[in-house]
Amino acid sequence: MSRSAAWAETRTMLRWKRSGSLISYALLTLGLGVMVFPFLWMISTSFKMLDEIYSLSLIPSRVTWDNYAAIFQGTPFPRWMLNSLYVAVIATVSVCVFDSITGYILAKFTFWGKQVIFVLILSTLMVPTEMLIIPWYLVSSSFNGMDTYWGILFPGLISGFGIFLMKQFMESLPSELLDAARIDGMGEWGIFLRIAVPLVRPAFATLCILTFLGSWNSFIWPLIITQSEEMFTIPVGMAFFSSEAKDSSNWVQIMTGATLSVLPLIVLFLCFQKQIIRGIATTGLK
Amino acid sequence: MRTTGVIPSRPKRRLWFGPGIGRLNYRHKQRLFIYGGLLIPLIYFVVIRILPILYSFNVSFREWGMLSPDKPFVGFDNYVTLLSDPLFLKSLVNTGIYVVVGVPAQLIAGLIVALLLQQVVKLRGLFRTAYFIPYVTSVVAVSWIFRWLLMKNGIVNALFIELGLGPQSFLYSPSQAIFWIIAVMVWQNIGFQMLIFLAGLQNIPKLYYEAAAIDGATGWQRFVHITIPLLNPVMLLSVVMASIGFLQSFTQVLNMTGGGPLDSTISVVLHIYNLAFKSFDMGLASAATVILFVIIFILTLVQLKVLGSRFQQE
Repeated sequence: MSRSAAWAETRTMLRWKRSGSLISYALLTLGLGVMVFPFLWMISTSFKMLDEIYSLSLIPSRVTWDNYAAIFQGTPFPRWMLNSLYVAVIATVSVCVFDSITGYILAKFTFWGKQVIFVLILSTLMVPTEMLIIPWYLVSSSFNGMDTYWGILFPGLISGFGIFLMKQFMESLPSELLDAARIDGMGEWGIFLRIAVPLVRPAFATLCILTFLGSWNSFIWPLIITQSEEMFTIPVGMAFFSSEAKDSSNWVQIMTGATLSVLPLIVLFLCFQKQIIRGIATTGLK
Repeated sequence: MRTTGVIPSRPKRRLWFGPGIGRLNYRHKQRLFIYGGLLIPLIYFVVIRILPILYSFNVSFREWGMLSPDKPFVGFDNYVTLLSDPLFLKSLVNTGIYVVVGVPAQLIAGLIVALLLQQVVKLRGLFRTAYFIPYVTSVVAVSWIFRWLLMKNGIVNALFIELGLGPQSFLYSPSQAIFWIIAVMVWQNIGFQMLIFLAGLQNIPKLYYEAAAIDGATGWQRFVHITIPLLNPVMLLSVVMASIGFLQSFTQVLNMTGGGPLDSTISVVLHIYNLAFKSFDMGLASAATVILFVIIFILTLVQLKVLGSRFQQE
């Protein structure tokens, strides 16, 4: 191949590559619109006056906070948000405590029954929640667990997924370090709390956020266990409130409620996206 | 038995009950830590996750009304009733549609986004964030947002009319509704799928592509012969996880259509929910959960076997 021909080929390849990435940018931008627009439309609707909700402009001609005032004063939405927050915080703390201990022990010790325990925990991930819900419900109703925080909470206090995640991270701890502490006479709990835990702090961040998100968004169990409006979590309240809404003007309120249930999560995600993305990549691949 | 680390085990074991706890030997203390630490999680998993499964099987063989005090054993009656119930069969067929349409759609969409993201350098972080946002948001809220977007005089219909496609009834159409629900599910999960594929793509050595390019392989050939085979383990995991997810379709269905119009979108889980918490027939509902469990179990095994063996061959 002559030199100029080779040069020409390189040039066409470069041009092809550049146009290729141009097409990529165009397609990605289009997709970005599809991903983001529903949220923008939701927020926009929540700021519209009633007479404007069917207008097709993204920016309302008159911005109003009335919908938010109405939802805070006239509906139990604030209570639902507090319920969700309370449940999510307790679930997160409990999951972090128990899953980290279990993950650490499964990752760093050899003992009788270890394989059985690990397989047992992993196999619970395969069981559909629907199968557990009816027994949970029957037991809760005979133990006065209906409509209580404990009732909402108990299925989420320890998570098999979290144990798996923590085990992955704990395995990367150098055993020599733990043994060095043992030789120095540190107790096992001391080693766990003062050496292992601080070293896997990023894993804790991932686990905390994923548990919090999961709890805040969980729907089917809170829907079944809660009965009175004051005990609803935000997804249950959202579904109840929206399906109760009869006339179409309520779309403004529904979108205001949707904004309130979605926006805190988007903000949380934007703050911690590095941990979330790493956590998913880690568990997804191993 | 081996212990982790460098400390050699002592030749002579002391008695478990012998000295006070402070003078227990190192191995005993470690045992105490291990089983002590695992005690609560183990009890929890057995009581909250394992026993309920057995209990479900038990309930499924009984006539279990919430109000009657005795729950007589009826053998397979509940299963027979279910399998001759046209609504349950309809929900099985629909769930099949959710899986067969939803899983490939979700995988292909995720793969396309991941591949496109690999082509760009600038703004990659921004795109990744934007595509992932729906995944972290509440399914209930998203369902209602799409109901609003897809309503008769909503924005999507306005767009359809503008494009000359005519007004559509979307979620109110018995032939379309299920596909709109699937579209929303895919929309919400694209970001997750994209992340999994991005991580998988990053593990493929660049060297392979360079070697193939030198040998004159076109972009498409490189994609078919390098990317796809090397993504196979990731693909396998994604297929299994997405299938389980679509088999459990519930929240979107309940919130977007409630199973209608004309039961065209009802899923097995929604049917279970109606049986258990609308008609309070726990026996029938439990039998339905057992059937769902068996389906998930068999499908997962088959997928692991079929796709897994293909991966071995590559």
